[in-house]
Amino acid sequence: MNMPNELLYAKTHEWVKKVNPKEVIMGITDFAQQQLKDIVFVELPAVGKELKAGAPCAVVESVKAAYDIYAPVSGKVVKVNQKIQEKPQLVNEDPYGEGWFLQMEISNPNELGSLLNPDQYRVAVESEH
Amino acid sequence: MEKTPLYDTHLKFNAKMVSFHDYVMPLQYDTIINEHHAVRKHAGLFDISHMGRFEISGDRAFPFIQHLITNDAARLADKQVLYTPICNEQGGIIDDVLVYKWHAKRFMLVVNCGNTGKDLLWLQKQATDYQPLEIRDLTGSLSLVAIQGPESVRMSEAVFNTKFDALKRFFFDEYPWDGAQIIVSRTGYTGEDGFEIFVDAKQVVKLWDILLEMNAPDGLRPVGLGARDTLRLEAGLLLYGNDMDETITPIETTIDWTVKFDKDHFIGKESLLRERAKGIERRMIGFEMIDRGIPRHGYPVLKDNLTTGKVTSGSFSPSTNKNIGLCLVQSQYAGIAEEMKVRIRDGDYKARTVKTPFYKRELK
Repeated sequence: MNMPNELLYAKTHEWVKKVNPKEVIMGITDFAQQQLKDIVFVELPAVGKELKAGAPCAVVESVKAAYDIYAPVSGKVVKVNQKIQEKPQLVNEDPYGEGWFLQMEISNPNELGSLLNPDQYRVAVESEH
Repeated sequence: MEKTPLYDTHLKFNAKMVSFHDYVMPLQYDTIINEHHAVRKHAGLFDISHMGRFEISGDRAFPFIQHLITNDAARLADKQVLYTPICNEQGGIIDDVLVYKWHAKRFMLVVNCGNTGKDLLWLQKQATDYQPLEIRDLTGSLSLVAIQGPESVRMSEAVFNTKFDALKRFFFDEYPWDGAQIIVSRTGYTGEDGFEIFVDAKQVVKLWDILLEMNAPDGLRPVGLGARDTLRLEAGLLLYGNDMDETITPIETTIDWTVKFDKDHFIGKESLLRERAKGIERRMIGFEMIDRGIPRHGYPVLKDNLTTGKVTSGSFSPSTNKNIGLCLVQSQYAGIAEEMKVRIRDGDYKARTVKTPFYKRELK
């Protein structure tokens, strides 16, 4: 299972990458895409939407069912990845790269402190099995 | 939880197991999409031993079957198979089943897993006027696997060392295998050519292993319930519990052709005749999404912002690369090429009604 060192993780299987002091990019983890298997649809929020940490912010659908994706931190959506709406399998193929979900301006940088580092996330995933 | 005799085999193939009614069954071994395409291109092997199987025998077995089903068993030759609903007095669908006719005094029913217990009670209740009649539950003793796909016939011929040219669609016969008799039926739930094979529960693991051992190099692979669902939906085949239940009558659905009103009598006939005379208020129709979004069971269907019905089945369709579904809507909206909307979460998305099946195999 791939868990890049430079990222932060939420227990609900999202990853966060700081791109500058005010903004982060997020997506779903390699573990999450493996569990979902073939992703055939992604629904993303509108640019400008205010997200609240822990609340649903996107939906991914496998062949079988729809699953909520949660905002790892609070903030405003500044950009979404149109490419995964046209080609949802990018989330399976490259969850930390081309399969990113959205970029957001964070409203409370302290929330980053409650996210997990790769080792903590690994423990969380293993305890789920 | 019940397990089929192939449970350990599924684990060996790394299946993701799920509970399905009373059984633990393989949802998928690989991705659902890969398994789906394998069945359309080559062939897939399914464990469907969870489905219920009853043998019905007795002097009055034929009139009993005719009483029970809406379709007409008088049209059946010996060793022919008939698809039919079983309705209650109100015309609601208790189950949809396959009727296997050995001869006028011996039949077999294959029923849905989730309905096995309910069906057995219904059969026993209806049997009182048709005694002596024996109803035997074969579900535990006789296993059932399906091999489906364009190459399934050739693959089966290699294993059983027999030609199946004489076995036509919706017929079955007995064949010798491994010191016993197996029943091979040219039926399925995928829209492809193929067989459903009844084999003694003690021999099913051996049969499964040999089928795969001989044919895996040519593309045969195990397929789970996930792809079984996308395959059947593309083929326009209904699923009990989704597209049918006791509040839905067959004449409202796409299997209205299975109700034979020219039969003297069957359970539910009077109610269905009344419904037909009054005008059928809602009908089932296929649709495909125009906007992006995947329809799912239970989502509302709308026309001009008013709810006109609901989605009964919906999915991404790997063979057409579209999002498709079946819906039950007010009859005036159930024509072909009607624009409608499907409410997905908090948005309404455009769709258009289409003829089913969504996918049709090329006939050789």
